Formats: sequence, C-alpha cells, structure tokens
Amino acid sequence: MDIFIQQLVNGLVLGSIYALVALGYTMVYGILELINFAHGEVTMIGAMIALAVIGALLGAYPQAPALLVLLAGVLAAIPACMALGYVIERVAYRPLRRAPRLAPLITAIGVSIVLQNAAMLIWGRSYISFPPILPHGSHTVLGAVVTDLQIVIVALSILIMFGLTLLVERTRLGRAMRATAQSREMAELMGVNVNTVISITFIIGSALAAIAGVMVSAYYGLAHYYMGFMLGLKAFSAAVLGGIGNLAGAMLGGLLLGVIEALGAGYIGDLTGGFLGSNYQDVFAFLALILVLVFRPTGLLGERVAQRA
Amino acid sequence: MSLLEVKDLKVAYGGIRAVRGIDLAIDEGELVCLIGANGAGKSSVLKGLMGLVHHGGEVRFAGARLNGLPTHAIAAKGMALVPEGRGIFARLSVAENLDMGAYTRRDAGQVRLDLNRVYDLFPRLAERRAQLAGTLSGGEQQMLALGRAIMAKPRLMLLDEPSMGLAPLVVRKIYRTIVDIASEGATILLVEQNANLALQVSRRGYVMESGSVALTGASQVLAADPMVKAAYLGE
Repeated sequence: MDIFIQQLVNGLVLGSIYALVALGYTMVYGILELINFAHGEVTMIGAMIALAVIGALLGAYPQAPALLVLLAGVLAAIPACMALGYVIERVAYRPLRRAPRLAPLITAIGVSIVLQNAAMLIWGRSYISFPPILPHGSHTVLGAVVTDLQIVIVALSILIMFGLTLLVERTRLGRAMRATAQSREMAELMGVNVNTVISITFIIGSALAAIAGVMVSAYYGLAHYYMGFMLGLKAFSAAVLGGIGNLAGAMLGGLLLGVIEALGAGYIGDLTGGFLGSNYQDVFAFLALILVLVFRPTGLLGERVAQRA
Repeated sequence: MSLLEVKDLKVAYGGIRAVRGIDLAIDEGELVCLIGANGAGKSSVLKGLMGLVHHGGEVRFAGARLNGLPTHAIAAKGMALVPEGRGIFARLSVAENLDMGAYTRRDAGQVRLDLNRVYDLFPRLAERRAQLAGTLSGGEQQMLALGRAIMAKPRLMLLDEPSMGLAPLVVRKIYRTIVDIASEGATILLVEQNANLALQVSRRGYVMESGSVALTGASQVLAADPMVKAAYLGE
C-alpha cells in the first residue's frame, strides 16, 4: 500500500509537469492543426536558461537568498522562451501556412534538431546539475514521503492551469482563440487578427514550457541538451491521450500519463518477476497511448469531429 | 460619393475567372440586391470585397481604398459578411457568437443595448443564449449569423444567400428582420438566388451573369424586365 501511495504522489507531480507541456501542444494543434514538435525543445531551452542564470548569480553572489536566485532563473527563462516560441512560429511555420500538412511537420522536426544542437554548442554535452537552492523539506503523508518541491510543483501547475482556463474561457482574447480554432476565416471576418492570435498562442504555450522545463530539471536535479525530446514526446502523448486540441484533455492526459508511468515503474519488477526494472517505465506511458488510440481515437475528452458549421 | 465604390472587380481561382470586372456602387442607407444564377460569381464578389480572395480592380469603402488590406482590417472598418452557410462558431455558445460579432467594438454600453435588440428581434436566441451554437436548427443558426452581424454595427452589411435551405416560415422571419434593420438606416448588399424575394425588398439591383453585370436598375424595373422574368422569376 505504501508504495502505491508513494507512486501515486510521484505520478501526480510528474503528471502535472507533463500537463503543462501538453497544453502547449494542444493549444497550437487546436488552432493550426500543427504538431509543434519543437515544443519539447522549448522546455529544454527554458531549463538551460534558468540554470545558466542561476549558476551565474550564485557565482557572483554566493550568499544570495536561494528563493530570489531561483525566481530570477525562472523569470529569465519565461520571456526567453516566449520570444523563442514567437520566432519559431514566424520563421518556421508561418511561411508554410498554405503548404501541405507534411511540410510544417518536417520543419518542426528540423527546428527541434536545430535547437538541440544549439543547446549542445552553448551548454555542452554533459549533464548540468541543479544547484542546491531548492526547498528540501519533506513530510510523511499516509506512509508516503512528499517533498516541499513536489508540493510547489503541483500547486504551481494547478494555479497555472486554472489561470489558463480562465483566460481561454472568460476573456475576449480567449474567445478569439477559440473562434480562431474553429474557423480562421470566420474569425478574420469578425475582425480578429488571426496571425496575432496564433503568435499569442505560441507565446503562451512557450511560457508554460519554460516553467515546466525549470520544474523538471529541479525535480530530477539535472538538465541536458537532449532532455526536451523524451519530455516532449511524453507530453505530446498526454495531449493525444486526453484528446488533442482540448485543454482539459491535455491536463487530464498529463496527470494520467504521469500516474500510469509512476505506478508502472513501481510495480514492473513485481509484475515481471524481476525481469524488467523501473527503467522500462516509458513502456507504460506509450502502451496507454496505444490503447487509447485503438479504442478511442479522439482521445479521452476529444470531440467527435463531425459538427463543424 | 457612395459608401462603397467598386471599379472593375475581378476574381479568379486558378485559371477560372469567376468575376470578370464589375462595377458596383452603394449609397449609405440603401438596400441593394445582387441576383443571378448559381455560379454567376455573386459570392466571389462578396469574398473579394472582404479581402478573402485575391482580386483585381479597385474597392473603395467610405473613401478609403481597401485593396490589399487583410480581412480583419476590412471588418474593423465596418464591413460585415454573413456568409453562405452562415459560418457560426458551432462550439461557442449563442451569446459568445454574438460577442464575437462585436469583437472590434469598444463602446461596451452600446454593445449591451444592441445585444438586447438582437434578443428582441430573435427571442429564440435569447432562450438559447447559453447553448452551443452547433445545437441550433438551421433557421436559428441563420438568425444567429444575422444577429452576429448586427452586433458588429457595420456600416455595410453583406448578406450571402440568407434564404438558402430554410423553411418558408423562417425565410419570412429572416427577411422581415432584414427589412426592419434596413428601414432603420442600415446599408445592405443582399446576394440571393431567390430573385423574387430579393427584388421585393430591395430598392436597386444588379443582375450577374457568368461573372459580369448583365443588368442593373431599380428593383421594380428589374422585376418587370422580360429577360429577368424569364431567367430568374420563373415566369
């Protein structure tokens, strides 16, 4: 029982990070029907920039308050990623708006390779460890250990998801985003500058990616130029699992994927009589994805594609 | 000077010339119809005016050239299109669709009054304001599309086939509303295949035939024209 609750906690933490990244995929897909495969790399860049700023600050002011340094890192990563997301859309996707769908997809993979290599050139090939400035308290709840960092990650994710939902459901901009997602032409006819809405969508998604990037590197204590690949793939799977294009779906898919993965990792040894270890945890995430795609191709909360006026 | 002045408008799709150079002029407060058979190029004219399709010739609206402006900028200048097939946002609520109509407006107080006006015109929309627009019937969707255009408070309203696919009773309701808002001073360009209906409510008309204006004049005169009678009024 202890291990179950412990893995549930771990899964929720991981899942809320997946959810933040998945939101970026799903928002862009909702509006452009484009899978922005470079989104995982934006997460990585966010982590790298935050770590670079944190490292530099700690080098210059070793006695600086940890929270302040951490905040400075995050606040540097967010606008940098927002700018990156904007530029990616402008340079790599907008010129291909009217091209066949395969073209921007290939470009997305290209952008992702460019970003990985740029990060490798700037920050090197080795793992960068997260300086010990994170909250390190922990509590025991129902026999499971819950760290302060885990609480911060989950609380912040929930707050962000709540804010994003309010933005999309309750504001003029959100309404324009939803209208654009349904019909770009009709949105234009209403006076919506669709290009601006698309840019804003990329910018918001990238801000979430930056935060998620810092979270994941803080959680594992590491960052690496290749870290965006698997994270991006998982988050994309989460978006598909929940029903791509659907915000609530991305949140649900992310959490679910995290929990499935953590439980899988916790029990895989028992299940296979010790034959497979927890390093096979990725199997469960993708197995879940395949099952959903087979039995419910639109994802858990995906709309049936029919009713479009 | 007319509110809308169109000179030698041309629209082509690939090699197919849908509109072959037409002139139009609409004065403030007029209800003008554009009739013609299926495929005569009527919808392409409207799409050209809104900048939805690449076009040649010159479009002047309220004195300013519209050529080359993006659609959203043209809409912001006060031109609203109710497209063929209505183009409502199926997954937005009725109220949100109406809000989208007023997207470019900044006069919140007046917008609220206009919203009440739309709900007065179409009580069905008021009843269903929280419902997703995709769940409305065809007639209700047409009401919503028209209401949404009213919410834009446009200087010129372009209506593309508002009677299409609707039951006679609904058509009558829609047309009564069109006449009402026209009598309150709205400027409307009405595109219809149902020439009879369009000529009854409009003051002037243009008859399009394979991409060109074949005939123009007062609607009463057009309705009495032997060629129009034979070709479009089924007499």
